[in-house]
Amino acid sequence: MDKLLRLLRKEGAMEPAQLAILLGEEEAAVAARLRELEDQGVIMGYRAILDFEKTGEDHVEALIDLKVTPRKDCGFDYVANKIAQMKEVESLYLMSGGYDLSVKVVGKTFQDIAMMVARKLSTIEGVTGTKTHFVLKKYKEENVLFSTEKIDERGLTNL
Amino acid sequence: MISYDQILSDKVKMVKPSGIRKFFDLASEMEGVISLGVGEPDFDTPYSVRQAGIRSLEQGRTYYTANNGLMELREGISRYLQRRFSLSYAPKDEILVTVGGSEAIDIGVRALVNPGDEVIIPQPSFVCYEPIVQLCGGVPVIIETKVEDEFRLTAKDLKEKITSKTKLLILPFPNNPTGAIMRREDLEEIAQVLRGTDICVLSDEIYAELTYGGVKHTSIAQLDDMWERTLLVGGFSKSYAMTGWRLGYVCAPAPIVAQIKKIHQFAIMCAPTTSQYAAIEAINNCDEEIEAMRDEYDARRRFIVDAFNKMGLDCFSPRGAFYVFPCIKSTGLSSAAFCEQLLQAKKIAVVPGDAFGACGEGYLRVSYCYSIKHLKKAVEKIGEFIRELG
Repeated sequence: MDKLLRLLRKEGAMEPAQLAILLGEEEAAVAARLRELEDQGVIMGYRAILDFEKTGEDHVEALIDLKVTPRKDCGFDYVANKIAQMKEVESLYLMSGGYDLSVKVVGKTFQDIAMMVARKLSTIEGVTGTKTHFVLKKYKEENVLFSTEKIDERGLTNL
Repeated sequence: MISYDQILSDKVKMVKPSGIRKFFDLASEMEGVISLGVGEPDFDTPYSVRQAGIRSLEQGRTYYTANNGLMELREGISRYLQRRFSLSYAPKDEILVTVGGSEAIDIGVRALVNPGDEVIIPQPSFVCYEPIVQLCGGVPVIIETKVEDEFRLTAKDLKEKITSKTKLLILPFPNNPTGAIMRREDLEEIAQVLRGTDICVLSDEIYAELTYGGVKHTSIAQLDDMWERTLLVGGFSKSYAMTGWRLGYVCAPAPIVAQIKKIHQFAIMCAPTTSQYAAIEAINNCDEEIEAMRDEYDARRRFIVDAFNKMGLDCFSPRGAFYVFPCIKSTGLSSAAFCEQLLQAKKIAVVPGDAFGACGEGYLRVSYCYSIKHLKKAVEKIGEFIRELG
């Protein structure tokens, strides 16, 4: 991967001046390249990665497997576009294997999500089956480990 | 009543304890210290390497290995040195696996130095060379490298220190604490001084994989007439993030290795078996992991050099290892005073430069074996400290 992209993936959004120092390149060149990557839609956005167990808010996530009958004219796109527009849906993927669409849904309670599946997802024309898997604990997300707090076990100073 | 002072070895008593013990103790008693003081990677050992160690334990491979180390590991080291630095060492009798680079330095010096022999040591440098030479009854001869030479060893300085008693030159590059490296052309000048003499070189290349800015490490053993006089010290600690495994190696012509082996065999037997199995995986399959870590250090290096320069502290831009060595002479404080006050005022721990030789006075060793986030927090505090000094 391009060094700039790798750095952004790891550290998140940064000012071009800061990026330029870390990459050892000219600020103007980095700024131009960054703009280009954003304009081209290579960089789609920057987000914080949260541990919701620590925010104190109610937060439940589920992964839902959907079986879908593809349409003659547009395959899975029709159903997928409908689902993608729902505000509870955080990610949506077309999958190989035993089912067709994988939907990540976020809500405040288990009940919220159960109702959302029953009322909104399973009622879409072409959806022939759903399987809801609730997330019980996060170990790792976006390359960040959640399960263990990493403590620096090295001494304060050694030569 | 035993008089311990009388029974203990005179040579051991002569070795000075580390001058900055007091500072270390002070730092370790404080709570909430942000350290930039360590000399080891913050990365975990690559996963596959840890797995290889675990697998060897599960299989019950917990016996002594050959004194020189597992043949498979020596073969791996041999191929690695060929692949990375075009160096040829025979696994059978020119490579010996040691307990860290430290043991390699110790037994290498011991195998060569007779009482009265002079050993040339460039400083600032790692702290073990001088005491080991003293324990052998050798005479350490210090060369002070300078910032205007980018802390490199120069042929001129070397020539001035060579006498009929000179036995060995220690060549500690890439350098801890300065981050200096010796390019091929720099080494060629050193080689020119050594050609035609019997002076040997102990080349401590533990940081060989950590060079930046597109300059690849060159070993002095690569140059004409140098292989025959070089003891190359390498290891897994820094490049593979394997400090706690305690594994290194020394490569040299067979007649030298044969003598080194005797010390190793009587003092150590063999390097830890589990670590050797893990190291086979490291040396054969982890070139990519090394590169990823090097890229990360490189970004941190640029960040921290920039930060010190912005604070108004001159900071030589290091080309190797994972330290910066900023100059604090402009503050009017000694290294020790600066570090102590910084610790008291801002709870930041860095190492005084004079810990690495008297000529390190006026400098700090700052490690960048920390995340960018950690470095940011620390340099902000150091910046505050400098401003408050006025």
